Amino acid sequence: MRLWLIAVAALLSQAASAETTAIVGGTVAIGDGSAPIPDGTVVFTDGRIVAAGRNVAVPAGAKVIDARGKWVAAGIVAAFSNLGLADVDGVGESNDGSAAKSPFSAAIDIAPAINPHSAVLNNERLRGVTSALVSPSASGSIFAGQGAVISLGVEPNPVMRPRAFQYVELGEYGAELAGGSRPAAFAMLHEALAQAQDYRRNPAVFDGRGKDSLIKRPDARALLAVLDGKTPLFVHVERASDILSVLALKADYPRLKLTLVGAGEGWMVAPQIAAAHVPVIAAALADLPEAFERVAATQSNVGRMAQAGVAPLAISTINADPGANQSNLKQYAGNLVAITRVAGYTGLDWGRAFAAITSGPAAVVGMDGEIGSLRPGRRADLVIWTGDPLELSSVPLAVIIHGRPQPAYSRQTKLRDRYITPREQSLPKAYQR
Amino acid sequence: MAFREIEARIVVTGIHPFKAIRAAFPFAACLALTACATTPSPANHAAPEPRPSPGYGVDPYPSTYQRYPGVPTLVTNVTIYDGEGGRIDRGSLLFADGKIVQVGQQIVPPAGATVIDGTGKWVTPGIIDVHSHLGASAAPRIQALSDHNEETSPATANVWVEHSVWPQDPGFGRALTNGGVTTLQILPGSANLIGGRSVVLKNVYARTIGAMKFPDAPYGLKMACGENPKRVYGARGREPSTRMGEVAADRATWVKAVEYKRKWDKYAKDGGEPPARDIALDTLAGVLAGNILVHTHCYRADEMANFISMSAEFGYHVTAFHHAVEAYKIADLLKTNGICAAVWADWYTFKMESYDGIPENLALLQKEGACAIIHSDDKNAIQRLNQEVAKAQTAGRVIGLDIPDEVAWEWLSINPARALGIADRTGSLKPGKMADVVLWNGNPLSVYTRPEKVWIDGALLYDANDPKLRPVSDFELGQPGERDAK
Repeated sequence: MRLWLIAVAALLSQAASAETTAIVGGTVAIGDGSAPIPDGTVVFTDGRIVAAGRNVAVPAGAKVIDARGKWVAAGIVAAFSNLGLADVDGVGESNDGSAAKSPFSAAIDIAPAINPHSAVLNNERLRGVTSALVSPSASGSIFAGQGAVISLGVEPNPVMRPRAFQYVELGEYGAELAGGSRPAAFAMLHEALAQAQDYRRNPAVFDGRGKDSLIKRPDARALLAVLDGKTPLFVHVERASDILSVLALKADYPRLKLTLVGAGEGWMVAPQIAAAHVPVIAAALADLPEAFERVAATQSNVGRMAQAGVAPLAISTINADPGANQSNLKQYAGNLVAITRVAGYTGLDWGRAFAAITSGPAAVVGMDGEIGSLRPGRRADLVIWTGDPLELSSVPLAVIIHGRPQPAYSRQTKLRDRYITPREQSLPKAYQR
Repeated sequence: MAFREIEARIVVTGIHPFKAIRAAFPFAACLALTACATTPSPANHAAPEPRPSPGYGVDPYPSTYQRYPGVPTLVTNVTIYDGEGGRIDRGSLLFADGKIVQVGQQIVPPAGATVIDGTGKWVTPGIIDVHSHLGASAAPRIQALSDHNEETSPATANVWVEHSVWPQDPGFGRALTNGGVTTLQILPGSANLIGGRSVVLKNVYARTIGAMKFPDAPYGLKMACGENPKRVYGARGREPSTRMGEVAADRATWVKAVEYKRKWDKYAKDGGEPPARDIALDTLAGVLAGNILVHTHCYRADEMANFISMSAEFGYHVTAFHHAVEAYKIADLLKTNGICAAVWADWYTFKMESYDGIPENLALLQKEGACAIIHSDDKNAIQRLNQEVAKAQTAGRVIGLDIPDEVAWEWLSINPARALGIADRTGSLKPGKMADVVLWNGNPLSVYTRPEKVWIDGALLYDANDPKLRPVSDFELGQPGERDAK
């Protein structure tokens, strides 16, 4: 295995980005919902996929990597995370997710705060996550601000799309942020959007700088982009009735581009969500009534929504693992396949489960032409795995982002190597590296 | 101080291990010490009669758990992980009357036994989770059901978490049906340096907590080091607000405990006026006597080392460090000191003290021969501890530590059973032990596998193919989705 890795790394680093690389012989998982393709081929050049699948010709002069016995899969796209925004979630100075004392809300733009050198980001990249939707969290207002889509690759600018979506809380937490009730949250929502429209009608007299204003001018500008459908609105809601209330916003604001986040009871109103063509980023496996707004939670939630035609559909670590462990998305996807084998559950087949962590998240934010699969023209973000990526025994052998091999080490691997034997040898541990 | 020396001290002071005390003083009335105290005759120079022990020696809240009826059951042609590192392919497992009868290759079923064809399936002991807050921090997560941290004082050895456990928590059912968890320890939270007594439960729904309690399981004492206590109390301008404050506060508490035990031991030996009773110090004296097992939330290697030193100073043993995110850095010390580490597979960086978490933690503990345990501390993770073990096993394989499946399964079975003091009764598929058994629909270390049937004490309490054998707690009755597989 080690020799194979060295050979691959050499091949990939030799290949200037303009050269063509072909990975042959592996089981190919394109990430578009299709089933894995045994003995497939993936060709990429200049950082972009040329073709992937069965009977794909290897162009003359291409560097060829033999992936027999391995899987070649689209890189994992974290559908909802704080990757790059925090080194340690609990250390406020290192965590740019929220700003409770800021006078701004919708205006918050997390793009300048993304830190590509964060150890967390590097750890997760090594474990197969190649890009992520990164969101702020709400604290002083129901509006959290504008999230971004980032690449986890080592490249000059990791932000692929700044101000990719506006995130708003409208469930129990939204109620709390708005002063204590859902009606108050909806009142805040409607009034903020109305004030944004006031701002557009007459910016000069807009009282956005007054200390009693609900929103500031930059917030108004951000909300206008939402009203105009230029910036998608990601809404955190869980309860079936809340989901219907959110879907009904389209009647008041026809150009709103809605996406539901969480949707723990989405299965109860799945036909309505599908009819409204609203994408969903679901908590993958939330199955407990952890709040009154999720009393009907079940692991069948995602499968039932898929069956009803909800699309695009992505899964996330919301309501589960700590934010850093985005690489566990593959385990969640595997679990959705597992329940197809148990009576009474609705799960996802392998192809759709894998799509829920690759092209699904990309499609939710309108970037599936760019990332999230090995379809032609997309960025060459892919991972070579020892086996089925959803299976717990599989690990990444190589991570390629934008056609470039990524470092094969991380802070975690260095800690591991230092402490494989815990005892000191001839020098203190601090000298061992 | 090594564990053996502590055992010697127990014998010298005449305070016997927990079960012996119960056998000697079976009557709860002995709790009212004046009712039971006997005075030696003045003329009698022989050693005085042993006196009833102080509170820690008597159990005022014994288990009322009764096993449910079962039928003799034989599973055939099944892959068996016996929980103690043994594996049988195409084997057979027979249990009856609540106990494992036989484990082997071919077993003749007794007349009337239910025979289950286990072809393509696996059978293991029920999973044991040593770190859960189910019931004490229940679903739904609301203030009214948040009872695991008595956050009014940093040392609350007086509280017993079982008095906070809500037996209707839907989480118990999920742990059973999705996770194959048959035994679990509920702990107080980690806001406090000393959180109170823990309780070991059978994962069997009941109306009262007493009816869930694992019969005769030792009590545990929850302690915590690190960021949580100093954050909680430091914010109020109280000790502890620093790590040094935490150790100082703990030491002051143990000083009181040692003094309390000294008085009670003297009373037990010499008679006279019994000392005043203090229920917090009862629990701590129980720890010093070796009856109550210490479970400590502690992440950092250096803090665990400090904690070990403190335990040596006062003469008690740390049974297990929990979370122990840096256990891999001191796996040799944990092995030498006979201390278990109950850890996650891969959680890290949510707090500063978890910044150095690595997925190889369990595998490196196993490599050093330390007692390695997987735990959840989470109502979602408890539903897939078998999968967490698989991830940890994989991480080990990458660095050349090939831990066989049946050995990795010890992290879910016999090791946690030992840490809870119940390894003689459960935690492995051995004749005479409780029939706490899970039949899986595939290799339980695969992400694609789920429990098919779960028995506790030989009673079938979950059947994936029988909706009537899927528990629904009171809370979920009458709710949307009540009938769902969850």
